[in-house]
Amino acid sequence: MSISQTNPRVGLFVTCLVDLHRPSVGFAAVDLLEQAGCRVEVPQTQTCCGQPAYNSGAADPARALAKQLIAAFEHYDYLVAPSGSCLGMIKRHYPELLKDDPAWHSRALALAERSHELLSFLDETMAWQPTTAYPGSVTYHDGCSGLRELGIEQQPRRLLAGVVGLKLVEMAHAQTCCGFGGTFCLKYPDISARMASEKVANIRASGADTLLGGDLGCLLNISGRLTRLGQSVRVFHTAELLAGMTDAPAIGEGRST
Amino acid sequence: MELRSAHFQPSVRAALFDPDLQEAMADNRRFAAHVREQVAASGSFQALRERARAVKDHTLAHLDHYLERYEAAAQARGIQVHWAATPEEAQQQVLAICRQAGARRVIKGKTMIGEEMGINAALAHANIERVETDLGEYILQLADELPSHINGPAIHKTLRQVQALFHQHHQGLGRERYLEDPAELLAEARRLLRGQFLAADVGITGANFLIAEDGTHVLVTNEGNGDLTSLLPPVRIVLASIEKVLPTLEDAGTHLQLLALSATGQPLTSYTSVYGGADSDGPEQCHVVLLDNGRSEMLAGAFRPMLRCIRCAACMDNCPVYNWVGGHAYGWIYPGPMGSVWTPNLAGLEDTRDLPNACTLNGRCKEVCPLQIPLPDMLRALREQQWQRQLTPAGTRLGLRLWAALARRPALYHRLTALLACVLKLAARGRGRLRRLPLAGAWTAERDLPAPQGATFQQRWQRQQKEKRQ
Repeated sequence: MSISQTNPRVGLFVTCLVDLHRPSVGFAAVDLLEQAGCRVEVPQTQTCCGQPAYNSGAADPARALAKQLIAAFEHYDYLVAPSGSCLGMIKRHYPELLKDDPAWHSRALALAERSHELLSFLDETMAWQPTTAYPGSVTYHDGCSGLRELGIEQQPRRLLAGVVGLKLVEMAHAQTCCGFGGTFCLKYPDISARMASEKVANIRASGADTLLGGDLGCLLNISGRLTRLGQSVRVFHTAELLAGMTDAPAIGEGRST
Repeated sequence: MELRSAHFQPSVRAALFDPDLQEAMADNRRFAAHVREQVAASGSFQALRERARAVKDHTLAHLDHYLERYEAAAQARGIQVHWAATPEEAQQQVLAICRQAGARRVIKGKTMIGEEMGINAALAHANIERVETDLGEYILQLADELPSHINGPAIHKTLRQVQALFHQHHQGLGRERYLEDPAELLAEARRLLRGQFLAADVGITGANFLIAEDGTHVLVTNEGNGDLTSLLPPVRIVLASIEKVLPTLEDAGTHLQLLALSATGQPLTSYTSVYGGADSDGPEQCHVVLLDNGRSEMLAGAFRPMLRCIRCAACMDNCPVYNWVGGHAYGWIYPGPMGSVWTPNLAGLEDTRDLPNACTLNGRCKEVCPLQIPLPDMLRALREQQWQRQLTPAGTRLGLRLWAALARRPALYHRLTALLACVLKLAARGRGRLRRLPLAGAWTAERDLPAPQGATFQQRWQRQQKEKRQ
């Protein structure tokens, strides 16, 4: 299949958390992809990548959702999503999940090859550079799946380096899990809370006024712990900042705060 | 050894509120960070791990061959090799050797296989006195506790606790003051142990590697107690398991470097010893007891890569969960990520249900594992076995099935998520977050739930597309 390098047709996988919780991340993704020259479409038959089922051992429901997503996105030049963990699922685990079904396995492999996490896609595939400004100090939390399954580490930092006025201060242990872990945080809330508290302490110690990340699950967890502990750090998905959408309330902020 | 993994959740709650344990685990986090710096600075880690993995995979693929070669070579050295399918068999073999030697006193080095065999309880039952010679194990013997870590058995103890233990147990031994300095405590333990080495009838140690080509076995320590335990008593018993065999001594060289680097950040441990059998300089008898205990079954299945494990403990030292809950919470011999794979495999899925689940699948263990064992994938595979055998809690099963059924009906899914987003937004009353939420107590007990923005992305997108068309 030939892919138009200048104006590729991108299927945006919004992800279930962004769809439900923070549509602005999805609109930021659309904006950034269009800035980079992509034609963005949003298939209506998408829901969730199936990760909660897969990580709970429910392979059959996960397989059914994997097939649904493959069918919804395999006709695009690229699948792009604003989440490292959903992309880890699609790129690494779909082929594994469907390995016993030759036809679906090859479809899974074909989609995996053309699927990208938003920030690494903008940086590496589209060589896009931001034009926004942000007058603040930010610190970046590396989501585990993106970091360890996809090698997403420098791409978001490179993009942030191009934001006018932005100062990136690395927190200690930026690559340590925040304690979200999908259903882990519901099954083991007390362990999860300790891990989140440690993350909060490292964020505070960095002195940054804004926390960024590439996975909404981590960000909801960290933001929830930050506000519970009475800490005022603004939390955004990296895409929101790059798209200049930080005038809107941050994650966990109300209209009046 | 008694399996207490079914009590994981209450053990965790106790652990999280144990200030001594939390102080000790914070130390372990700092130590682990130091080790990783050494690994990064070594420059040889990647090359070593590739070589070690290739050797180990080859050995496991031909394990029967190498075990037979090891046995023949060991026997040629006068070593008696005993095969134990179960911990009970191993206990009987060890007790029979002790009885034959008329042993009353045993000194023992650190051996996790010995823990797996339940040797300590068996010796006590047979009225054989046992003295632990590894400092960590010695501390635990005084405290009457089990190891919480596979190579730092007493890492859950603070210095303060060790000072108090030594004070309590060493008082009758001519002690004049309360010792605080770790060096003084160590000197005291050394002095007391020195007499034990000379008086013992049997020395029991573990083995890090068994060498098929020449029948030797390799043991590493940082205290030198392994050498004294192996060489001074007239009878030596080595406790090992079948996956510890390596083809050649040169192969062991690769593994030894990886082990020391990953475990403590050292290029090699302070003492790395290769032992032959009985000879004029050492014991009169040398026995090796080889435990299977479910490993043959693991070898034949999907969990074979777990048998690559060289017990460096990097997976647990770098596990964010282990470093909060400590090793005892896992309820059996092997804690942390490697233990959460071993325990259900060796002790069954039923009473170990929390172990594969108490993990965020953050992948750090796989990243640091010198043998590249895919621990997260194995933990997920165990969750799949739990699901298939209906061991997953009924509520979770029902919830996931309903959710998955809904997610397969996109139109209905989008209508219901829109409703949910709307309700949550209203419930937050403009505050941007919810402090409490019915049915979501697991989330809101310790953290707020950031409120959704209102209409879902799909709703807004549809609206936008419609407006564009008009």
